[in-house]
Amino acid sequence: MLSDADLTAIWLTLRLATTVTLLLLILGTPLALWLAKTRSFFKGPVSAVVALPLVLPPTVLGFYLLVFMGPSGPMGRLTEALGLGTLPFTFWGLVIASLLYSLPFVVQPIQNAIEAQGGRPSEVAATLRAGPWDRFWHVTLPLAKPGILTASVLGFAHTVGEFGVVLMIGGNIPGETRVVSVQIYDHVEALEYTQAHWLSAAMIGFSFVVLLLLYLLQHRKAAAGMRYGT
Amino acid sequence: MAPSAESSRRISGHFHLPLSRNGGSDHFALDVKLDLPGSGISGIFGASGCGKTTLLRCIAGLQRCDNGSLSVNGEVWQAPGNRRNTLPVHRRPLGFVFQQPSLFPHLSAGGNLEFARKRAREKVSVQEYRRVVELMGVGHLLAQYPAALSGGEQQRIAIARALLIKPRLLLMDEPLAALDQMRKREILPYLETLHRTLDIPILYVSHSVEEIARLADHLLLMENGRIVSSGPAPELLSRTDFPVQLGDDLGVVLEANIAERDSRWHLQRAQFDGGDLWLRDSGEALGESIRVRILARDISLTRDVNSESSILNRLPVRVQEIRADRDPAMVLVQLQLLHGDDSRRAAATSLIARITRRSQHQLALDTGSELWAQIKSVAIVR
Repeated sequence: MLSDADLTAIWLTLRLATTVTLLLLILGTPLALWLAKTRSFFKGPVSAVVALPLVLPPTVLGFYLLVFMGPSGPMGRLTEALGLGTLPFTFWGLVIASLLYSLPFVVQPIQNAIEAQGGRPSEVAATLRAGPWDRFWHVTLPLAKPGILTASVLGFAHTVGEFGVVLMIGGNIPGETRVVSVQIYDHVEALEYTQAHWLSAAMIGFSFVVLLLLYLLQHRKAAAGMRYGT
Repeated sequence: MAPSAESSRRISGHFHLPLSRNGGSDHFALDVKLDLPGSGISGIFGASGCGKTTLLRCIAGLQRCDNGSLSVNGEVWQAPGNRRNTLPVHRRPLGFVFQQPSLFPHLSAGGNLEFARKRAREKVSVQEYRRVVELMGVGHLLAQYPAALSGGEQQRIAIARALLIKPRLLLMDEPLAALDQMRKREILPYLETLHRTLDIPILYVSHSVEEIARLADHLLLMENGRIVSSGPAPELLSRTDFPVQLGDDLGVVLEANIAERDSRWHLQRAQFDGGDLWLRDSGEALGESIRVRILARDISLTRDVNSESSILNRLPVRVQEIRADRDPAMVLVQLQLLHGDDSRRAAATSLIARITRRSQHQLALDTGSELWAQIKSVAIVR
């Protein structure tokens, strides 16, 4: 069945996806809030940049990140000067790449959820003496919960499923950058089809269960609204 | 110069809000100078799109208006010219009831009230909380979520929520407009109770004459972002030259007292400055003050006393003024009442009849003609 190397890859993948999802929720929510509320000229350009990973081949993103974080890139120089070494071919290099790669999957659902609320709940809260932070924590965020849930699931699942960016920026170091998708690739290269089957089937099962949970949760929400009516 | 006690009990200010989008024929979305009494209900009345809601939003601070000022009973909410002296919405001691109920869907009805109570201007005691809940009759609804409540119930929770903030000014933006007739009837009594029991000024926006006639003490008429008229509501509503075309809704509002009860015929006699009216007995206490509304279309005029008629109420009147109606077949006749307890006060009370131009001709009506007004129906509005 699954070898130790497979389990290491699974554990690494889960660690990566969890880290990336949490960071994206922290960074993506303010960005989504700004995109939903702003009337600034920069809304268009910023939205386009956020959506870029949806259309770019992962290799293009990976290539530029490699250059950017490499020893002669601006970020590489910075991390070296700080005594952290360079980021490519490390776990944290993968985290940064995944943050960019999965960004639209987290920002867009949250942004949609906030936009769908309209300005009214926040106005109502303001007339009830709630200041800006109070309104954000106690009205905007709770009302955006379904969107945040969707964002977490999509961000997590998308990070689990990435391959191209990982190959470009992370290579293939066991326990450090060898995630499940790369491990499967290795098995196939080595003609270990049985191993590849087990891992692939596990991935399919995992993805299906995650998406099923998401839809069930959303369905229950919709049904709850329908049962009462207004 | 220190403001006198009199002038500090007022809501005054001005708002000049430029029309930002599609500069129409008017240069301002809002161009008003306010001076309203700092107590009772002030109705803000006008057709849709005349700027009533925008005015209310400016007062609340929800709509930014750089060229404006506002002081409420001596407190400055917005000082002219200086944006730093403008209080943000959440620092203004106001309650706002929106046209749509706008409860937070993620909180139960009780949770919605709790949201306000926690953020109130000063601590809300258990008794005060109970009183508001009782006043709006929402005690049995608190565990429910907004989605499970009817529109009327939601709006009552929303009003209770606004009251729990302990506002110094309550703003209501057509709180009944989104409700059907049944729900309106269900809520109006609560609003009247509010009026009688609370000591805070209420600004009530509406395009319904019925609501305004029933609730408002003072009236502000708006048209195209401007205030066209302002004054005591019964007086303003009784003018034939009412600046906003009311059509069938035109009529007078009279303040009266229940003076006598006739239990045999289930009637009660209401006494007002210009005379007496017999009304169907709807259970008011003797001596209770009520407000009655007589629509112009419900008054007919006769030369003789004509006592053989099914009409119950007949009052002697003198024609004060005849005005053209918007409808070429009709005229509006302003009538001065001739008898009353006090003839001087009776003279100040008038009725309006809307009759056909032909009847005017047949009766040879002119200013000064004395005749009888037959009143087909009188509605108690409060």
